[in-house]
Amino acid sequence: MRNRILLLLTAAFAVLIAWNLKHILLGLPDEARQDAIFRILYFHAPAAMVGLTGFGVGMVFSGVYLATKNFYWDTLAASTTEVSLMLAAINLVTGSIWGRQQWGVWWAWDARLTSMLVCWLIFAGYMMLRRAIEEPDTRARLSAVVSLFGTVNAWFVYKVIEWFPRLQHPGPVLSFRTGGRIDRQLETPFWWMVLAYILLAVILVMIRMRQESVAREIDSLRRLAHA
Amino acid sequence: MFLRQCLTVAAKDLRAEWRTKEALNASLAFSTVILVLFSFALDPNPEMMQEFSGGLLWLVFLFAGALVLNRSFAREMQNDCLDALLASPVPVSGLFLGKALANYALLMTLELICLAEFGVLFNVRWLGNIGALLIVMALGTWALTVVGTIFSALTVNLRLREVMLPVLVYPMMVPPMMAAMILTTSLLNGDPIGPGNILWVRVLAGFDVIFTLLGVAFIDTVLVG
Amino acid sequence: MNALEIDTVWKYFGDYPALRDVGFNVEAGSVVALLGRNGAGKTTLLRILAGLSKPSKGSVKIHGSEVREEPTRRRIGVLGHGISLYDELTATENLVLFANLYGLKDSEKRAHQWLERTGLERVRDGLVREFSRGMRQRLAVARTFIHDPEVLLFDEPFTSLDDRAIAVLQSLIADAQKRGCTIVMSTHQLREAIELATHVVLIRKGQFAYAGERRQEMLDDPTWLYRTYEGDGAA
Repeated sequence: MRNRILLLLTAAFAVLIAWNLKHILLGLPDEARQDAIFRILYFHAPAAMVGLTGFGVGMVFSGVYLATKNFYWDTLAASTTEVSLMLAAINLVTGSIWGRQQWGVWWAWDARLTSMLVCWLIFAGYMMLRRAIEEPDTRARLSAVVSLFGTVNAWFVYKVIEWFPRLQHPGPVLSFRTGGRIDRQLETPFWWMVLAYILLAVILVMIRMRQESVAREIDSLRRLAHA
Repeated sequence: MFLRQCLTVAAKDLRAEWRTKEALNASLAFSTVILVLFSFALDPNPEMMQEFSGGLLWLVFLFAGALVLNRSFAREMQNDCLDALLASPVPVSGLFLGKALANYALLMTLELICLAEFGVLFNVRWLGNIGALLIVMALGTWALTVVGTIFSALTVNLRLREVMLPVLVYPMMVPPMMAAMILTTSLLNGDPIGPGNILWVRVLAGFDVIFTLLGVAFIDTVLVG
Repeated sequence: MNALEIDTVWKYFGDYPALRDVGFNVEAGSVVALLGRNGAGKTTLLRILAGLSKPSKGSVKIHGSEVREEPTRRRIGVLGHGISLYDELTATENLVLFANLYGLKDSEKRAHQWLERTGLERVRDGLVREFSRGMRQRLAVARTFIHDPEVLLFDEPFTSLDDRAIAVLQSLIADAQKRGCTIVMSTHQLREAIELATHVVLIRKGQFAYAGERRQEMLDDPTWLYRTYEGDGAA
């Protein structure tokens, strides 16, 4: 049953991404903006949106684990956070590439990218913590607390960096709401892309869940053998 | 009663630290070395110091402070003292606050000494806005204390404790450190805290309140399975 | 009301059950000898009784209340593997600290009383770091008893004690028993434990192979318990 859902989702994702990519690469006019590279925004911004939401969702799952002590929620929290970390990395890399094109530098300490970098560091710490603890209860419990602290902190990070004087970049912000006008033609594929990312995230989380549950089973069999 | 128990725990930590002065000496030595290294890395001319003084100072506090924070729960692991503390009637939140208070005292002492060194080595006047400066240091140090203490408890049983503590704490310190750095630089340049700056004081205060509450709420989860 | 109520307790470490559906009740004044091989679950059970760890399922009540509640913890004294004392503090400072944590009013006086009882009066201002092994153990015993606990939990208390410390501990346990305290002691000293005990619990792979009153067969031949319930001659 799980397999069938997974297959369906993957098929839906494949169709969606293929159709959307075709539209983005071929369907949109080049001269709407000065350059062609703005298309990378379609990969850059949705990754941030879904990734950051994922961190929040991970925090909620962590909270459910702490309330119920059911390991299913811990595995779900870890998988969600890990996938979100990957999406954050995609956001950072695409942002860096775009920055190189726009401003000539690989990294320009732009407010949003810097905030994402700090969030990435916070949750990379979460993953490191999980790898450092072998005992499943302790690992679940402690990483749940880190997830909670990290997510609250991420909110602070975004707000504070937004207000920090030096990071208000003088050049054009990585966005396509230029001149206050929203070009409908540009925005529709954006939302389809967001959906595609959400599908991707769900698929990856499901795969990760299965990996984790098998790993746990092996671990408990190993303990049983040693006892 | 609760307050008395917190103070008992804090007094115990401070007395033990005062006997050996391990953490204090190590962090003072470390901070001096960092300050010297900074003087080689940057040219400490007055224009440079106008821009960077606050940032430098808090970097030193952060790095040297980690040594103090690491010791906090680590010293309970020797001889299994943590078990006896948890088995006692002291509420775990009391244990947390007591340790946080002791860490706070140690960190503030460290920082005041660093501030004096900094003033001498980099020729920075800090007596000007001393009142406001102390308030900023007090708020910023509490942020470091509260996050550092809870993560010290969290990492106490880990193999890679000395590595994991900075890895977890430093990214989370970005918001309060940014606020503290901006305020300190401006205060060291002689500008008082005005309507432009007051935002950062609010950020620090808000961060302190929220993370103290989170720490008190979750210390039990962290220490008792 | 029972002094100790262990009710359908399970403890999982991950998927591995360290304690499986264990239950046991004793009245106040009982002395429970907790026996079993290493790794059977003795320390896990004692930690749950001391409130240092929460059971995955089930509950533990001491004198009718949950262990983690503050008033209950006041009545429990724990002596584990470590001495739980601060090396950088003096003997007096350590005892005063714990007396204060347990809310005692006359902490200095009590500290001195217990230093005398454990024969450490002469070194009361010495740092624990400089004590010999035996002295550290005796101070740990003082720390355990200083707040006059009604329930005592010992995890292999006689291991690595010198003769003087053993004598002190034995006399204190005898006193405690006379006062009607409840004692739970895990130990490998089969003979001594069974002589002191009113009840015996044998843990085998996380389950109670035997949990009940001490029987005459156990007194006659301490290994009887293992032979009958473990199926082999382990001791």
